[in-house]
Amino acid sequence: MTAVDAPAAKPRRTFRESTFGQIWTGLTRSPAGFAGTVLVLGIVLFSFVGPLVVDQHNPTDTTQIWTAPSGEHWLGTQYEGKDTFTILVNSGAEPIWVGGMAAIMAVFVAVVLGSIAGYFRGKIDAVLLQLTDVTVTIPQFLLMIAVVAFFEDIPPWGVAIVVGSTMWAFLFRSIRAQVMSLKEREFVEAAKLQHLGPMRIVFREILPNMAGFIFVNFVIAVNQAIYAIVGLYILGLMPSGTPNWGLMIHLSWQNNFFLLPVALPFVLAPLLMIVLFTIGLVTMGRGLDQALNPRLRER
Amino acid sequence: MTDPILSVRDLSIAYKTGRKESVTAVSGIDLDLYEGQSLALVGESGCGKTTLGLGLLRLLPGLGEITSGSLTYRLKDGSKADLLKMKQEQLRRFRWAEAAMVFQGAMNAFNPVIKIRDHFADTLKDHSDGKKKWTKAAVDARAGELLETVRLDPDRVLQSYPHELSGGMKQRALIALAIALDPQVLVLDEPTTALDLLTQRSIVQQLHELRKKFGFTMVFITHDLGLAAELADRVATMYAGRIIETGSARDIFYEPKHPYTAGLINAVMPVKGARPQLESIPGYPPSLKAMPSGCAFHPRCAFATDACKRERIDLDLLAERPLGMSHTAACLHHDQVRFERKCDDTSADRPASTVASGVRSTVASDAGSTVEGDARSTVESETADV
Amino acid sequence: MSESPLLKLSGLEQVFDTRKGPVAAVGGVDLEVKAGKVLCLVGESGCGKTTTARAAAGITRPTSGAVEFRGKSLTEMNAAERTDYRRSVQYIHQDPYAALNPTRTVFSTLTAGLKRHGLVKGRAEARAKAADLLRLVDLTPPESYLDSYPHQLSGGQRQRVNVARSLAMDPKLLICDESTSMLDVSIRVSLLNTLGRLRDELDVGFLFITHDLAVAKYFAWDGEIAVMYLGKVVEHGPTPEVIGNPQHPYTKALIGAVCEPDPDLAKANRSTEQLRSAEIPSLHDLPAGCAFHPRCPAFEPGLCDGERPLLQLASRRNVACHVVARDRVPVDDRTLTFDAVPGSRRPEPESAI
Repeated sequence: MTAVDAPAAKPRRTFRESTFGQIWTGLTRSPAGFAGTVLVLGIVLFSFVGPLVVDQHNPTDTTQIWTAPSGEHWLGTQYEGKDTFTILVNSGAEPIWVGGMAAIMAVFVAVVLGSIAGYFRGKIDAVLLQLTDVTVTIPQFLLMIAVVAFFEDIPPWGVAIVVGSTMWAFLFRSIRAQVMSLKEREFVEAAKLQHLGPMRIVFREILPNMAGFIFVNFVIAVNQAIYAIVGLYILGLMPSGTPNWGLMIHLSWQNNFFLLPVALPFVLAPLLMIVLFTIGLVTMGRGLDQALNPRLRER
Repeated sequence: MTDPILSVRDLSIAYKTGRKESVTAVSGIDLDLYEGQSLALVGESGCGKTTLGLGLLRLLPGLGEITSGSLTYRLKDGSKADLLKMKQEQLRRFRWAEAAMVFQGAMNAFNPVIKIRDHFADTLKDHSDGKKKWTKAAVDARAGELLETVRLDPDRVLQSYPHELSGGMKQRALIALAIALDPQVLVLDEPTTALDLLTQRSIVQQLHELRKKFGFTMVFITHDLGLAAELADRVATMYAGRIIETGSARDIFYEPKHPYTAGLINAVMPVKGARPQLESIPGYPPSLKAMPSGCAFHPRCAFATDACKRERIDLDLLAERPLGMSHTAACLHHDQVRFERKCDDTSADRPASTVASGVRSTVASDAGSTVEGDARSTVESETADV
Repeated sequence: MSESPLLKLSGLEQVFDTRKGPVAAVGGVDLEVKAGKVLCLVGESGCGKTTTARAAAGITRPTSGAVEFRGKSLTEMNAAERTDYRRSVQYIHQDPYAALNPTRTVFSTLTAGLKRHGLVKGRAEARAKAADLLRLVDLTPPESYLDSYPHQLSGGQRQRVNVARSLAMDPKLLICDESTSMLDVSIRVSLLNTLGRLRDELDVGFLFITHDLAVAKYFAWDGEIAVMYLGKVVEHGPTPEVIGNPQHPYTKALIGAVCEPDPDLAKANRSTEQLRSAEIPSLHDLPAGCAFHPRCPAFEPGLCDGERPLLQLASRRNVACHVVARDRVPVDDRTLTFDAVPGSRRPEPESAI
């Protein structure tokens, strides 16, 4: 008989206890977090699956200019007589994927650089901090406008790069701070005493402990990136290729359509989509924060 | 005088774990506490001792709830009152004036941004009966008197913020604060944990002095059996939310009748006398969510039989003594538990000044043996010394 | 007795810069640990025992003095020797909860180092090795622990996993920093029994840090105890001597302060000698002479508050106390040798001064 009996614990970590499980519980447990998730997922589905379902044949029809919402045209028609709803369905994909791309880029750069700076400190940290100081001081939006104006025919992924490169600096600092505090934890010291090697310690011991934090920040970054992109379109600074929410608002603004009562659905629909998507992301982020932040989870 | 000052009947406490689920942390506690007694609640972490201590004053945190039972106190005016039937306002006056609590962790029990003086002022004002007016001078006088009783310098301490005091000083100040309104019952949760050894000793001596001077009844919660031997007249061992053995300190320490109590005492390392080879209790305490059937201790018990797995027995009277000191244990096989206390001959070259009571104790059981250790080293060194 | 020590600390000093100026947390410590032997560092918080242990483990670099492993100073080691030292000397933290990565399974924690150092090939071998390690620390059956996460284990089980992880590196010396202090009594005994078995079977040396004299006595009975006070060793000798017949007033006070689970004994001890002050002086403002003199019951003005006492031989151990040095009966040292106590050894001449 040994001194220690078999553990009461189950041998496998259940789904609830895994990181993704925690993200899922965080999203579904609080009513607000759940509503946010439903909203975000709904809009994503609408924008990506919608175009496959909705009839893409949407011709210019001079007899149907600015008609009010009806059974045939749920949101009425626009200035060329095209169906507003069809345009709206096709308008979400680009801001969302470009925003997502930009956020992924920003988070990736911030995580890699932030972890390295926070863990190693010293010269590399000083240099990176200087770099972020510079990045943070440049007004983001002005930089974007300048870059977009300079490269006239910029493709969407180019926009993603521009937006992402202006956002990483803020995230860098919080990741760096997190790594600096996690690095003092005893399990990191234990890993060092095992000579595990710094890269392994940073990316396999420390980073998984920040998964929730990173995910929350990613959600926030998506939100910011979409704002930035839609803003660029509204100001008419982007090439108007594919339809999108920003472009719709830009067109109505440019042609004073927002003064036309019958044109209201054409302005309000994209606005509503942006507002709902933002609210969804924010509440989702807060729900996640509560589920993943150990300090809040205790309660 | 023959009335108990506190009489607990069938007390159960549960914690909510979800909207509808809850776990029972403490169940079926019966306890009579008489004036001037000092009772130690001992057990391993998670056994429910702190929950019970908090429950005695209805100080349970948000999710804790007393689900059944009664808590009858004999108040200073001689009347009796059930704590569970008190309203919020009565409760406020009851706490501190009739019974007070010294919380665990002297480090964090004080609000860090409030001076010690204001802690005293708040307590005196909030919990007094309203007859006495606590002016600044009155507060200072009372607080000064209390701090001097616990050997602190009032001039320095009253004007300090908690972080300016050492751990030992904070614990003294906390005790002074607890007895500010001269309570009849004082509940202390781990009063010496996290303090340095010499500071612990000085707190223990302080509590002896205070008890002699004020004669309050004391309940203290501890995982340290040495502290229980030092401070308690009575000991109650808790396991998995129940009291499984009670008795006078001498009953419990010299003739424990529950295998768990015997195991606990057997696991304490003595500093005086020869070095015994100690045995641990195998296994770990059960989770509140998955309590074993029958006697909760049976999976770890060397004496367990099928009967132990089937049913749980209540505390059996083993030796009748006055004033709640009777020795009781909840074990079917209590008559098999033999606990020897050998006095080793101290080595010839060891001076007589060191106390010569080597504590060697064994639970009479072979199945309880744990990892094979190096008993031989003990034997060798003893023989070599002679 | 000619075998060279595994670990040797000589003149170890550690000064920290604080807002109030430099503070010597450790002020000159000489200690040795041999293979298969235990050295217990005992003292209250702030006495420098943890700082000493961290310097010995190479976590911090001492301000002055040397840490030698197998006769080679840490500062003179080449890369290969350093790797060998890093693997041979393992450190076990106090807090079993903080020392394990919450996102990794027991298997992954145990085998990270093995994989990194190429000590196992393939998953099957890694699992077999991890299971062996768990068996070594009495976590059986290993299969029920391998895939657990730390939060599913109790404190005692986690601390065993910590020990198993350090054993993966096949260490020659384990440095335990209060490794049992957060555990319940019965769990503590069983962990100490396991560690004792490892010491005997694997011939691992221990530098064991504790504030609990009873733990020190239990674990280091065949070894030595060094009592530290405010950064210096005040008494150092074979455990049975130090515990059974303490010489330094501080050691006496520590032993007298332990509460034994024996009500009659407690009653008899109640009138023990009191210290002159309950408060430990600040490291920023150390008392002149013997640092213990403001609290010492044996304090003699003129004798104790002048110079710092040296650690010197008295009654078969080293003591740093002016009163003991003055009253010492030299015959006592000569008639009974260190070898009277098995497992103990005479201190090296240089440390006896």
